[in-house]
Amino acid sequence: MSSRTRYLIPLFVFLIMAGFLLKGLFMDPKFIPSVLIDKPAPEFDLPLLDKPDQTLAKADLKGKVWMLNVWASWCVACRAEHQVLNKLARMNVVDIYGLNYKDKRGDALNWLRNLGNPYVATIVDSSGRTGIDFGVYGVPESFIIDAEGVIRYKHTGPVNYEDIQAKILPVLNELKGATK
Amino acid sequence: MIPEIGHFALILALCLAIAQAVFPLAGSLNNTPSWVALARPLAWGQALFLGIAIGALTYSFLVNDFSVSYVAYNSNTRLPIVYKISAVWGAHEGSLLLWAFFLGAWGAAIAIFSRHLAREVVGRVLAVMGMINIGFLLFMLITSNPFERMFPIPAEGRDLNPLLQDPGLALHPPTLYLGYVGFSVAFGFAIAALIGGRLDASWARWSRPWTTVAWVWLTLGITIGSWWAYYELGWGGWWFWDPVENASFMPWLAGTALMHSLAVTEKRGAFRSWTVMLALLAFSLSLLGTFLVRSGVLTSVHAFAADPARGLFILIFLLVVVGGSLALYAWRAPTIFGGGRFDLISRESFLLGNNLLLTVLTFLILFGTLAPLIYDAMNWGKISVGFPWFNRMFLMVTPFLAILLGFGPLMHWKRTDGAALMRKLRIAAIVSIVIGLIGFWPAISNGSLLVPLGLFLAAWLVTSLVVSIRDRLKHKRGLGGFLSDFGSSGGRSYYGMVLGHLGVAMFILGATMVSNHGIEKDVRMAPGESAEISGYRFVFDGVTRTPGPNFIANRGKFRVFRGDDEITILEPEKRTYLVQQMPMTEAAIDWGLTRDLYVSLGEDLGGGDWSMRLYYKPFVRWIWLGGLFMAFGGILAVTDPRYRSLKRKKKQEAPAGAAAPASLATENN
Repeated sequence: MSSRTRYLIPLFVFLIMAGFLLKGLFMDPKFIPSVLIDKPAPEFDLPLLDKPDQTLAKADLKGKVWMLNVWASWCVACRAEHQVLNKLARMNVVDIYGLNYKDKRGDALNWLRNLGNPYVATIVDSSGRTGIDFGVYGVPESFIIDAEGVIRYKHTGPVNYEDIQAKILPVLNELKGATK
Repeated sequence: MIPEIGHFALILALCLAIAQAVFPLAGSLNNTPSWVALARPLAWGQALFLGIAIGALTYSFLVNDFSVSYVAYNSNTRLPIVYKISAVWGAHEGSLLLWAFFLGAWGAAIAIFSRHLAREVVGRVLAVMGMINIGFLLFMLITSNPFERMFPIPAEGRDLNPLLQDPGLALHPPTLYLGYVGFSVAFGFAIAALIGGRLDASWARWSRPWTTVAWVWLTLGITIGSWWAYYELGWGGWWFWDPVENASFMPWLAGTALMHSLAVTEKRGAFRSWTVMLALLAFSLSLLGTFLVRSGVLTSVHAFAADPARGLFILIFLLVVVGGSLALYAWRAPTIFGGGRFDLISRESFLLGNNLLLTVLTFLILFGTLAPLIYDAMNWGKISVGFPWFNRMFLMVTPFLAILLGFGPLMHWKRTDGAALMRKLRIAAIVSIVIGLIGFWPAISNGSLLVPLGLFLAAWLVTSLVVSIRDRLKHKRGLGGFLSDFGSSGGRSYYGMVLGHLGVAMFILGATMVSNHGIEKDVRMAPGESAEISGYRFVFDGVTRTPGPNFIANRGKFRVFRGDDEITILEPEKRTYLVQQMPMTEAAIDWGLTRDLYVSLGEDLGGGDWSMRLYYKPFVRWIWLGGLFMAFGGILAVTDPRYRSLKRKKKQEAPAGAAAPASLATENN
């Protein structure tokens, strides 16, 4: 390498990096897995959507593998996802709990009446605080939490049928294998 | 009316920036002194109009002018006045304005303090800074105008994000930005040198204090940010390797390398193209940080509202500034190659070694930060580069850095007698190895090899500094000898270096202790119950509701006992901010030099029971004290009389690196 071309290296490195940054602008960074994977799920104790005087806490779910789905009636992608969740619920492989995120109670109840209710229970996070604790970036997001209360999988964006087969079932199988 | 004046001032500042970018540079190239002479007044004008703009925005906040949408989104009538002021830079648009204002202010500072510099050099430096500010002002006016009005006018504002309602975060962005923007001066000097083709000892001497000042601000900014995260986020961490933290750490590392490289270029005329590269790198990484924070390409806890249009603008800007400067470098740097020769065992080679390590660390962090993006773009799958990876990389590089750092101050320029050096450092090495070995004792090591390593490195830094000071004061006696040495030309630079390196030792000690001896406990407590960590007993006296100015707090009360003595009362809060309905934890901390006791309230579990976190954090303050020492060392170095007597000295001594004969300072001034 001649001594002149050597001085071009920084420029080339930068241009390559800029190319990635450009591509990055048109990708969705939300799909980067959460840093919370393999960390204990944040504590929460939130009122139930249909019975606001009762609450559900993280501790109540200890001992079983469960899935938390963050949704809101104002979220368009959730609507697409909802049928998939209904199907997942009918498969009886995991208990799905809803986290109704920054929503109006009436709207949320209406939604479940009209579109079906895949959730064992839905808890209400009207302030969005628990969502923040979970690192929710956008809605919908789903988490699979194991019997020890540790987050084992995070799915950002709507879950589709393919995701169930390719990602969610394998995680569930692995967790069930581990508990036996 | 006032916001329109602010808006208009921004437009005028843009016009001045364009003139500042064009005339002084063109004038310096076609020998038109009257054009070059425009640089100073234009820089003044730009600082003035940006000052008016930021003043107008501050005024809008103070009078609760919610017709300005930026104010409506980030303020509230009940927001305390201090936070109304800090809200000016609390979100995207206003923080950009602060950036631009600081750039203007640095420009004005150059206009004032550059009396000794050749006019065309000042002109070129200011022209480069003008170009940078064109980018920022255009960005603001096109995509992110802080003065935009909204209609209908809301009766009440949405309030400042509660996370930002805190003295630490009121100070953190301005200090950090002063650092980022400050590197634009070194960048401007580097570009000016590349254009002029002259890069010699006096160039390095001019750049040095500016670089050090910028570095001091950045050091303070990072330190304050880390301290804020520790007490405000409620889980006791002090560094998270978040992309945005990395974005501030990378320019800091490059800036640290630049400071040291500049020393070599000044004293020995060596490493010239390397020094220029680092100057370009430090500022480029500052700009990259801005891009990462505002474009939303990476997920981060700090991200501003992501907007691809903004991202695209900054990327184009980045391409022009960084790409342009690197192209200029590729074109011009081969001609400024060269410098003094030196032996393998010399201060030059050790500084080069340190510089390489700092640069390697910078690029490792850059890679780790961008890796998720690169993997995703290449369809290699999604990865998340987390805490453990960064920690491992950091721990791989820094021990070598610390070991070299101990030798550096004792080395001579050009060549050092290796045997004499070993003799001098023999006792320091023995003492630090013994201290390291003591660290293996289980009660101290706590089962981690990092404890003996950390103790050894901290001891090595301290003892080698002691040897260096003794060596320096060999022929001086007592306090008087020290004071005369301190006051001498170069004295404060030296003692600044000592403080800075001592800061590194303190950081290593603090980080080692808190990472390996910290204790944390999540507990559920009922009033009257107590919990114990590390010999401290926390008695929970329950939670009471207490109103604040714009929030309601649940305030817990803990009495802390050591043995039977009550040593303190801790009152952590869980606040609900009224407007944004956002709960915030306010940890209560009993701080001390050897340990912090830290309590943060979790959730109300009903019946007076609460979940809470109790922490014991040994030596955690040393991390930030180390940062403060480094910053203070930098300040000391900048106030060295040698920078004030530049004019006199210039006549006395020929440039040390005599390879390039003419100095930047010409008869013009």
